[in-house]
Amino acid sequence: MPISAGRSAASPTRSWRTTRGVALAHRIAAEINSIEGSEVPVGSLDITLYRDDLRLRPARALVPTMIPPGGIDDKTVILVDDVLYSGRTVRAALDALNDVGRPAAVQLAVLVDRGHRQLPIRPDYVGKNLPTSLAEQVRVEVAEVDGSDQVTILGEER
Amino acid sequence: MKHLLSAADLSRDDAILVLDTAAELAAVTDRSVKKLPTLRGRTVVNLFFEDSTRTRISFEVAAKRLSADVINFAAKGSSVSKGESLKDTALTLEAMGADAVVIRHGSSGAPHRLATAGWIGGSVVNAGDGTHEHPTQALLDAFTMRRHLRDGAGDLDGLRVAIVGDILHSRVARSNVLLLRTLGAHVTLVAPPTLMPYGVESWPCDVSYDIDRVLPGVDAVMMLRVQAERMHAAYFPSTLEYSRLYGLDARRMGLLPPHAIVMHPGPMNRGMEISADVADSSRAVMVEQVANGVSVRMAVLYLLLGGMKEEI
Repeated sequence: MPISAGRSAASPTRSWRTTRGVALAHRIAAEINSIEGSEVPVGSLDITLYRDDLRLRPARALVPTMIPPGGIDDKTVILVDDVLYSGRTVRAALDALNDVGRPAAVQLAVLVDRGHRQLPIRPDYVGKNLPTSLAEQVRVEVAEVDGSDQVTILGEER
Repeated sequence: MKHLLSAADLSRDDAILVLDTAAELAAVTDRSVKKLPTLRGRTVVNLFFEDSTRTRISFEVAAKRLSADVINFAAKGSSVSKGESLKDTALTLEAMGADAVVIRHGSSGAPHRLATAGWIGGSVVNAGDGTHEHPTQALLDAFTMRRHLRDGAGDLDGLRVAIVGDILHSRVARSNVLLLRTLGAHVTLVAPPTLMPYGVESWPCDVSYDIDRVLPGVDAVMMLRVQAERMHAAYFPSTLEYSRLYGLDARRMGLLPPHAIVMHPGPMNRGMEISADVADSSRAVMVEQVANGVSVRMAVLYLLLGGMKEEI
């Protein structure tokens, strides 16, 4: 059951807070469904309240958390996110999952792994490894949210 | 926002942010682990100079669900009964490292004094001051109305609400009038003339002395307790007369439109402002108001304490 780790931090503007991970999770679930012919439940997780940098910014608004009916106990949960960077979002998502139930296993799928991990976390499934410098930003757009699918590396701001 | 002292401090967007946050936090109550790590290491002091059941426990549960440490301070049994002033009590709490003080006080304006006198550096939340305000009660009432009458989203534009009873002594009424107005609702206050506050005609609401004429046109009716402990004069001839003229009984409930809900901030005087059969009817949402109070207070504590500390 893919569950997306909601990234509610990325930027202060409203539109970027809509979670691309959720859209990706729905697509992966649809692929699995078409291959296996079974219905994979999809949920979403807002990890704002589990972040380790809450005290570094003003309090943020929350986005909905949707746990699939039937819960996550004894199931294999695949966390889906668009970009894997420091690993802190995943750490927070693991804590959040832990409070929701006890999955049989948790795996991590990301569209882009851009490196620069700050925690001992590694993905199980990677769309593309994208070596970047710390000064760069990786921006993922998905058709469901942005109207088109693309990944952009934004260079250093001068 | 650093403090929550008055419902008037909240803009429409602020109020909706609190209600939306509360709606998300309400889901925590349904989980097996009813706890979030958000306020770990923060200290919330419940500073209660007046008796309270609901509000104090509600703030305590809300703070604990967010993993804050909670200290309950009741004036009874503390050094206040030895004559300690509000200032010295506040300085003591500050020395012990309180990040937020939730204060209830019999004097109107005490939370404002606490927030602005420079005695403490933390946030101040008004949990009811004298006959002035009780903003978290207004927020939970708005949250309850929004859930029942507006599908749990947006504002309360066009909603019609009657607040009936002891308006004069009611901080709940004042906060509700201000907040409901901000959210676009239309409020009618109903009470005997002796229990209307001085200057009520300048409040952003209508005033009526006839409950039977008001009830058929409202979406929600909020009954208020007759606050005998604050009454030092005769405001009405007898409790029986009050309950006949202004109490909500089964006949009067029948005047309400079918979708309308009955609210009461508690504590109720059954048989006085509300009859027992109305209080126990399916249209009464008092128990839900209490549950919503926890979610709303979690939202307030999160929004005040969850982010970085504001300077000043």
